[in-house]
Amino acid sequence: MHDSRLGRRVAIVAGLRTPFAKSGTVLRDVSATALARHAARELLVRSELDGREIDEVIFGQVVPSVRVPNVAREVSLLPQLLPSVPAYSLNRACASAAQAITNAADQIALGHADVVLAGGVESLSDIPVLHSRRFSQILVEAGKAKSVGGRLAALARTRPRDLVPVTPAVAEPSTGETMGQSAEKMAKENGITREAQDRLALQSHERAAAATADGRLSAEIAPWFGGRGMDEIIAGDNGIRSDTSLEALGQLRPVFDRRYGSVTAGNASPLTDGAAAVLLMAEDKAIALGYEPLAFLRSYAVAAVDPGWQLLMGPVYAVPRALERAGIAWGDLGLVEIHEAFAAQVLSNVQAWGSQAWADRLGLPGPVGEVDWERTNVMGGSIAIGHPFGATGARLVTTLANEMRRRDVQFGLISICAQGGMGSALVLERD
Amino acid sequence: MSALGTTVEDGIAVVTFDLPGEPVNKLSDAVKVEFEALLIRIRDDEGIRAAVLISGKPDSFIAGADIEEFTALTTESAAERLSFEGQEMVNRVETLAKPVVAAIHGACLGGGLELALACHYRVATDHPKTQLGLPEVQLGLIPGAGGCQRLPRLIGARAALEMILTGKSERGAKALRLGLVDELVPPSILRATAVAAAGRLVRDGLPRRAPKTGLQGLLLDRTAAGRRLVYRAAEKKVLAKSGSHYPAPLRALEAVRIGLEQGITAGLAAEHRAFGELAVGEVSRKLVQVFFATAALKKDDGIPPGMAVPRQIRRLGVVGAGFMGAGIAGTAVANVEVDTRLKDADLARVGKGIKAATGILAERLKRRRITRPQFERLSAMVSGGDDYRGFARADLVIEAVFEDLDLKRRVLAEVEAAVRPETIFASNTSTIPIRDIAAHAIRPERVLGMHFFSPVEKMPLLEVIPTDDTAAEAIVTAVRFGRRMGKTVIVVADHPGFWVNRILSPYLNEAAILISEGVPVEVIDRTMTQWGFPVGPVALLDEVGLDVAQKAGGVMHAAFGDRLQPPETLARLLADGRLGRKNGRGFYRYHDGHKAGVDDTIYPLLGIRPVEDADTGVVERRLVHAMLNEAAMALDEGAVRSARDGDVGALFGIGFPAFRGGPLRTIDDLTATRVLEALRDLEDVHGPRFAPAVSLVEAVTHGTRYYPA
Repeated sequence: MHDSRLGRRVAIVAGLRTPFAKSGTVLRDVSATALARHAARELLVRSELDGREIDEVIFGQVVPSVRVPNVAREVSLLPQLLPSVPAYSLNRACASAAQAITNAADQIALGHADVVLAGGVESLSDIPVLHSRRFSQILVEAGKAKSVGGRLAALARTRPRDLVPVTPAVAEPSTGETMGQSAEKMAKENGITREAQDRLALQSHERAAAATADGRLSAEIAPWFGGRGMDEIIAGDNGIRSDTSLEALGQLRPVFDRRYGSVTAGNASPLTDGAAAVLLMAEDKAIALGYEPLAFLRSYAVAAVDPGWQLLMGPVYAVPRALERAGIAWGDLGLVEIHEAFAAQVLSNVQAWGSQAWADRLGLPGPVGEVDWERTNVMGGSIAIGHPFGATGARLVTTLANEMRRRDVQFGLISICAQGGMGSALVLERD
Repeated sequence: MSALGTTVEDGIAVVTFDLPGEPVNKLSDAVKVEFEALLIRIRDDEGIRAAVLISGKPDSFIAGADIEEFTALTTESAAERLSFEGQEMVNRVETLAKPVVAAIHGACLGGGLELALACHYRVATDHPKTQLGLPEVQLGLIPGAGGCQRLPRLIGARAALEMILTGKSERGAKALRLGLVDELVPPSILRATAVAAAGRLVRDGLPRRAPKTGLQGLLLDRTAAGRRLVYRAAEKKVLAKSGSHYPAPLRALEAVRIGLEQGITAGLAAEHRAFGELAVGEVSRKLVQVFFATAALKKDDGIPPGMAVPRQIRRLGVVGAGFMGAGIAGTAVANVEVDTRLKDADLARVGKGIKAATGILAERLKRRRITRPQFERLSAMVSGGDDYRGFARADLVIEAVFEDLDLKRRVLAEVEAAVRPETIFASNTSTIPIRDIAAHAIRPERVLGMHFFSPVEKMPLLEVIPTDDTAAEAIVTAVRFGRRMGKTVIVVADHPGFWVNRILSPYLNEAAILISEGVPVEVIDRTMTQWGFPVGPVALLDEVGLDVAQKAGGVMHAAFGDRLQPPETLARLLADGRLGRKNGRGFYRYHDGHKAGVDDTIYPLLGIRPVEDADTGVVERRLVHAMLNEAAMALDEGAVRSARDGDVGALFGIGFPAFRGGPLRTIDDLTATRVLEALRDLEDVHGPRFAPAVSLVEAVTHGTRYYPA
């Protein structure tokens, strides 16, 4: 069955990522460019693809480095690819890699490209730290000064407080609310208990640990050669805790509301460094090159809500829209991957999809569907594995496509919430 | 056909040198005649006010003199005349009343640079292919067209001697720093810049060049006392580097000294006299022969011409990420720019291998041979893993795993399962017959040996070893790829030890036997370095590794019987845990990786007392004849295709003294009769291991030689 509305059918041929590491740990000295290039090149190697087949490179990144504003171009300049391959980087917050993948799919569906490398990267160990606005202005003035005297005069206006560096905000520009505060608000308004959040976090760790142990997760990771001698092998994600428990999670203090809060470091995704890449092809091209696609992209949708409301509720609109575009119902889904920014957000999304009351509130004709946890986030999620903002979408597509093949599932769904009140949803299919 | 094309634009004559039918410009007699005529035309043509000399060849200005013409020189006076005429021609450029500008892109070497030095202004490009140098000493000669005079006057005695005595060339940026060129520009504006400069010289007169040296330079280069120090330091350096075997550097130093101290006329006279003597001297003759042998090998694909077309190598697989494997990968990436995948069973070893391979690139970056962007690009071509993923598209796979037949067979089977049918498999074994490795191969026609020497990026030789089954296409592909890696390639037979290790085997054995007889290690090594080897045989054993040498010795013993039986010496040292340099314990002691004298504790370990009055003549005779005889035998058996290949292999594979031309050339020079006599004497005293090669006996009987006289 194929009634995709995308034009040419888009195959997901393979996906691969670097290990995901908590920011400031083992990948702290590695640039985002190096991570992205590693994931991309190893993907080419493992899929035995001649890099000259690639027509375009699209990468997502939320906090680009000042020196490398277009990380995708650095990926496309890998010597294995033709230098004539165009590339761009994009930012749809935490759904950036998913956006890179759907943009790639558009290009393929339109016939503009046959083979596209799409993915994302984030290095929060390598974020730009800015000078204060006033100090920047002083520096610019001093730089333009014609004489040494003029330069000194400009610099002399510097005050100690001007030298305090400015780090990029994690707060919503429109509301001033941080992501964690938003999750906290959602927990309270939607009645998500601390225990329910910790239980989801525990499930995330247990499942990720199991999928690492049985090799399903490791198979999606290209080991990183760390250390000065490149002989310290980083083969797995360092956020996964196989030994955690409800008790241990229960010990953690809430971070954003110390008194009445329930969002802790244990039931939220950590700041993470990592990159992920996915190889997409037109179906006929994949077949011509001898590949057996893991899955096909059936549909996608992006939606947004008012950030001043419940910030991370974008998926409640995006998912039904993607399902409608796919022409399938929630019940047709064999596997679901929900990005776990916060357990409170996941459980709020799940609650909203599941009830008539929410459907009425959201203006939907009826409930979207009831989440079956046996078929959802079966290899763990971002809380355990980590969440490099720009890369997560590509990790989810890779994991879902691989698991759909292993379980021989026909339809799978990915749901991602993103900063700015946005939500992104993708439907994958297999024949 | 004319080599020099001239167009005149606005009074500037642009002379384009483009030697017909040649890839590079060379200064031959015919070119000189044409050039002299052109100089007269420029002098007499009132429409010409200045000239620019530029090359019509891509990436080559003038590569130097036509060396073929040197070989035709039979007398010292003829050679001296050649130099004198060169000096005269160059002088005429310098004394021309109209300014001449050299526009230099690509190789500007030897006579090419001497000509450029006589020009009134030099513009060079910043392209890496632009290299300026006076490599004459590398052919046992000295710059004979005024180079020994003009270079020190332009850039100072110290910098000039550094270039002339080592023969090394400099890139454009360094040349600008030295004051060797006046301007450095991108190739795109070379011609326009040179033409503009010529116009400026006409208008404003010749430039005054300020010395580029600081206070130290002022004292050293510009005072007689300072220069005396410079000459003495240079002489010491030359003697330390090449001993007394190579006369050219000292003669060049003399020509520079006389020129600076007694004036240019005396200098030029000293220069052409020395050139004349050297050009017909034995050392230069040998070095020129080696030059031509190497040049001929560069065109020799190891198969009859046209028999097969080399495959393009777009992707290289290397199995085994140890020192050799990483060296092969790094050198391939650095020189061939080929996408390379390393495979080893252990990921940490893979990581170390990638680090070592990219280390070769890092070294080039440090030496400014490549730029930072080039380094980044090339580094990204090296990757690795612990399985054969990434090998499916490999065009060539080289294995450099441990020397073990079963392991190598298993690797071959694994690779055959992972690659396409066309992929060529090369084993970097040093001792195991390739046909044994290929015994169970599915595609034996794609299997051969590529024997690199360690360290791969530095050692210039590669032995390519086909079996009887190897397809011509595989041979030519391996030869061409090795050459692109920067190696001189000889195709050798699949005999035990191939060529280099074969002729090394009795030589190293003999050294060990000498030790067991009580000859001190330093006496052995000193004798052979004085004979011209860069390191002595015992030091070489330490470098190779005693375990490796022992293993190779066993293979040779098994193949050739008692003649190549290794003495007990190595086994006893190995039993004492001595592996040579790699574990800091061998015949020598090592401190922080530096050799620190002979380890005297080896003598009691071997149960011997070193003799104090060893006869170095006997030591030399035994060691040299062990190798010469083996070379003759191996050539008899067809281990190499020709004496030329054998000699080049010995020069580049084991540092056989270049001024001797190689073992087979040495036999010709000593005469087969004397070599045979010496071997028979040695056989009488030391037994059948010195039994002479058949061809030596025949050479004496029939009066034949390895090379035509």
